[in-house]
Order: sequence, then C-alpha cells, then structure tokens
Amino acid sequence: MTVYILCLILFSIGLYCVVRKRNLIKIIIGIGIMDYAVNLFFVLIGYREGGRSPIFASDQVIDKMVDPLPQSLVLTSIVIGLAITLLLVAIAIRIYEKYGTFDITKINKLKG
Amino acid sequence: MISLLLIIPLSSAFLIPIIGKRIKWTGGAISSLAAFALAANSFVIISNLMKYKTLLYKFGAFPPPAGISLIVDGLSVFLLITVNVVAFLIALFSMDYMKQYTDRWKFYTLFMFMLAGVNGVLIAGDIFNLYVFLEVAAIAGYFLVGFGVRDEELEAAFKYAVMGSVASIFILLGIGLLYSYTSTLNMAEMARILPQTGTSSLVTFVSVLFLMGFGLKAALVPFHSWLPYAHSQAPAPISAMLSGVSIKVLGIYALARIFFNVLGMTPAVCFILIALAVLSMVAGSIMAFGQSDIKRLFAYSSISQIGYIALGLGIGTPLAISGALFHLFNHSIFKSLLFLNSGSIEYAAGTRDLNRIRNVIREDPVTGYTNLIGSLSICGVPPLGGFWSKLIIILACIQANHPILAFVAAVVSMLTLAYYFKALTPALFGTHATAGIKASGRKISFAMAAPMVILAILVVISGMMLLPNPGRELLKGAANVLQNGRNYGK
Repeated sequence: MTVYILCLILFSIGLYCVVRKRNLIKIIIGIGIMDYAVNLFFVLIGYREGGRSPIFASDQVIDKMVDPLPQSLVLTSIVIGLAITLLLVAIAIRIYEKYGTFDITKINKLKG
Repeated sequence: MISLLLIIPLSSAFLIPIIGKRIKWTGGAISSLAAFALAANSFVIISNLMKYKTLLYKFGAFPPPAGISLIVDGLSVFLLITVNVVAFLIALFSMDYMKQYTDRWKFYTLFMFMLAGVNGVLIAGDIFNLYVFLEVAAIAGYFLVGFGVRDEELEAAFKYAVMGSVASIFILLGIGLLYSYTSTLNMAEMARILPQTGTSSLVTFVSVLFLMGFGLKAALVPFHSWLPYAHSQAPAPISAMLSGVSIKVLGIYALARIFFNVLGMTPAVCFILIALAVLSMVAGSIMAFGQSDIKRLFAYSSISQIGYIALGLGIGTPLAISGALFHLFNHSIFKSLLFLNSGSIEYAAGTRDLNRIRNVIREDPVTGYTNLIGSLSICGVPPLGGFWSKLIIILACIQANHPILAFVAAVVSMLTLAYYFKALTPALFGTHATAGIKASGRKISFAMAAPMVILAILVVISGMMLLPNPGRELLKGAANVLQNGRNYGK
C-alpha cells in the first residue's frame, strides 16, 4: 500500500509542477514526472510479491507470476511520453527563439 | 475492410514524405486520394453492417477477450462516415490553401496521422488501443496547430499540448485503475464484468478521471481554455479538422462509448454531464459576443454547440440521444464549413479581423453564400439541419421533465443567432469599405470552392435525415448502440 501512496505523491508533485511553475522547461519536466508516476503505477498493478516471470516450461511449476500485460502497456506509454516530451521541447525552443524567455507569464501575445 | 481504415492513412503517411518531399504537388494529391478512399471504405462498411450487426477484426486471429480487436457497430459507422467525408473535403480544400506555407509534405503527413488516429479511436475495441489512437490523433493535432511557427501559433500549440497531455495522463491513470479492477482491457469484456462486481468507489473515481480527461478533449467549459487559442491559430483546414472532427471523436465519442457502453450511466454522471453542458452552452455563447477575430468567434461557438451535444447525452432518453448524435453530425459539417470559409476569407482578404472584413458576398460569392448557409444552420433557422437537431434536444428536455434545461437551450439558441447576426452581417453584407481592408489579389480556386459548396449542400439536405431514408436508419443504429448500454459488441 505504501508504494501506491508514494506513487500518488509522485503524481501530485508532477501535477503541482505543471500547474504552479512558470518556466516552460519545468512544466515539461512536470509532465514527465506525471507520466512516469502513471507508468510506475502500471508496473505496480502487474507486480506480485515473490512472483516470477511468466514463462512456461515443461519441467517447472509456477505458483506465482507477475502480470506481463501492464509491462507491455508501459512500453507503449513510454513511447507516447517520449513523443510528447520531444514535441514540447521542440516548441519550447522555438518559443525561446521568438520571445527570448521561458517565462510562461511573459508569453502572452494571445489575448482573451 | 475494417483494417483498411488504419492501413490507408498510415501507408499514405509513409508515402508522402518519400514522394511528396521531392515532387511538391503529390502530397496534397495523395492525402486527398487517401481520404477519398477512406470515405468510400466507410460506405462499403455500412453495406456490410446491414447484414451483420457488428463487424469484428481480430489482430493475429486471437479471439477477443485475450486478443486485440477492432469493432465497428452502428455508432462507429455513423461517425466514420461523418469524419471521413468531412476529412476528404478538408483535404481537398487544403491542396490549394496550404500553398502559402512551406514544407507542405509535413502538413499532409501529420494530417494523415491525425486521420489514422481518429479512425482508430472510432474502431478500437479495447480501451488501451483507444488511448493510443487518441494520442496519435492528439499529438498530430499539437504539431499541426503550431504548423505556421509564428509566435502566437507556437504559444497556442504549447498551451494545447500541455493541457492535452495532462488530460491524456488522467485518462491513462483511469485505464490503469480500471484494468486492475477488471483484469481486462477489452471494452465488451469490461462491460460484462463490471455489473457482476457490484458498485465500487473505484468506478466512481475512474468516472471522474474520464470526465476530466475526455471533457478536456471535448472542450466542455471548465476545461475549454485551450480551444479558442488552438482553433484560432491553426491553419484553417486544421481548425476545421479540430472543430469538426477532433473534439467530437476524441471527446464526445470516447466519453459516450465509455460511459454508456462500459461504465454505465449513473444519475451522478448524468448530472455532472448536464451541468458541464449547460455551463459550456451559456459561457461559450456569452464569450463569443466580444470576439473580433472570425476564427475565435467560431471557436467559442464550437464550445457552446458541444454543450448541446453533451446535454443530449446527459439527459439520456432515446429522443435526447438521437438529438445529440444528429446535432453532432450537423455541427461537424457546418462548423467545418465555417472554418473553411474563414480560411478562404483570410486567404483573399489577408485578415481575420471582423472589423475589417466587409462585403464578402459581393466580392466572393461562393464563400459568402456558403458562409450564410452555414451560419443560418448553426443559428437554428428552419429548415436547415441545425434547427431540427436543436428542436429535438429541446423537445427531449421537455419530455424528460427538465423544462429549465429546455428554456436554457432555447435561450442559448437565440444568443447564437444574436452573436452570429452581430458579427457576420457587416462582414457579409456591409458595403462601405473601411480603410484597412486591402484584398491580397488572391482568388480562391476551384479546389477551394468545391468543398465549401459540397458542405453547404450537405448542410441544406441534412434536415432530410429525419425523413425515412438510409440516413435515418444510420442515425437510429447509432442511437440504438448507446441505448443498449452495456450490451456492447454483441
């Protein structure tokens, strides 16, 4: 249970970072933290205490194994997270070229 | 056949960088052809759906609960038709419109990815695939909003990307919780297991996460703030795509599919959905009043019209659901028409400022008259489609004993009429040329005019969907899927 709470705290740190920070790069890092917290959560779902890898062989008896599905989901999710981070960093670099700042409060040419 | 819905856009997204990078005109041609093939394919799928109630495609021939499956049922096919026809017309429009930009092959590649993602969301049979396709469509969308790489466009793209990815993370968290609870990702299987386990606070928590995540993708009001930026700064075809296709499929469709067919609509969810819908309707139309940018006006009106759709879904009676789906279809065609109009006005006049756009109907009759038809339909002027769908939603409110909601919906409809009248009358008919406007000398070409005319014809005839004809069967099939609730995939 403790692990899940720690995972939730990690998620909250990421959310706080996205909502509260003014620097574009810190916002991107916040999104990264949230993403990893969710990935960690997926791994925790599949984890079994004392479990082993789910590979069947004829001479072995498996009484406990970890769930392999969340791990494969995490792989997909990591790739998506990579794409988003890459995109955000690329846009942030372009914004820095145009505005000369990473401060989100100074990047306000859009009104309304 | 179902797999073609993914194969066509993905393979053309692969071909365009190879060929279109060297031979400039091929990018537009390939993407238009691919979108046409997708639209044709959707019609073939309908004719098959007449024979069998649901179509199933199994990846690697593994049977559904364990394997990954693609499912097409009445609701999917209704949206597939809408999406692919609209996307084809938008692709046609962008062939000439995008000539003002450099590196057009990137645009077409991303456009095809977006289309692949949207089609994927519509046919995904398991919830994680739905998330993956949603991300494909959304990430392509973030790129395309910032395609012009001017200051404001980058800013809009960044804001949209940050909010969108936070929403996606919430959705992913919800999927994780749901998987740990039901031990399956297949939506039909989930719908079977969830009622057996009884009520649980976890399902409530997941509902909140999904409402937040998909509500942001659909731009319901507390989560709407990205929409006016993204829709006003994106290139016109992409605004049309985002407003006509993206917020409906990624937001409303996913919301409806998961809540109606998997989690089940509880009174609490209905109440929240109605509350969000009323907020969106009222706030969207009030904020639309002060806008001087034509695309921002349309963007705020999108928020308010999405509210109508969510209202219909929230009420949840059979009449309300058909009204909501009918309004979804109508809004998809007239809002993409209006955004294409705004694109061609910007193309010809070089400005989006409503204070400087004058006399569109005289100078550019095609844009002017199609815009008039689209605006009349969105304001709910009979006998255009928008009138009938709003009427159905209002009647459904009364029938379900919500006279206040009916009153609000009627008032918002009048507000819509008012702000469109206020904003567009001078632009369309005003004859005195103010100082600012100087036509750039560019005339809209046939490839830009044709999609607008076709969309305008669709807007005019869409009211006919209520008469007995194949269109009505399609609408009925889609509404039946939502009414059947958790019998998804059977």
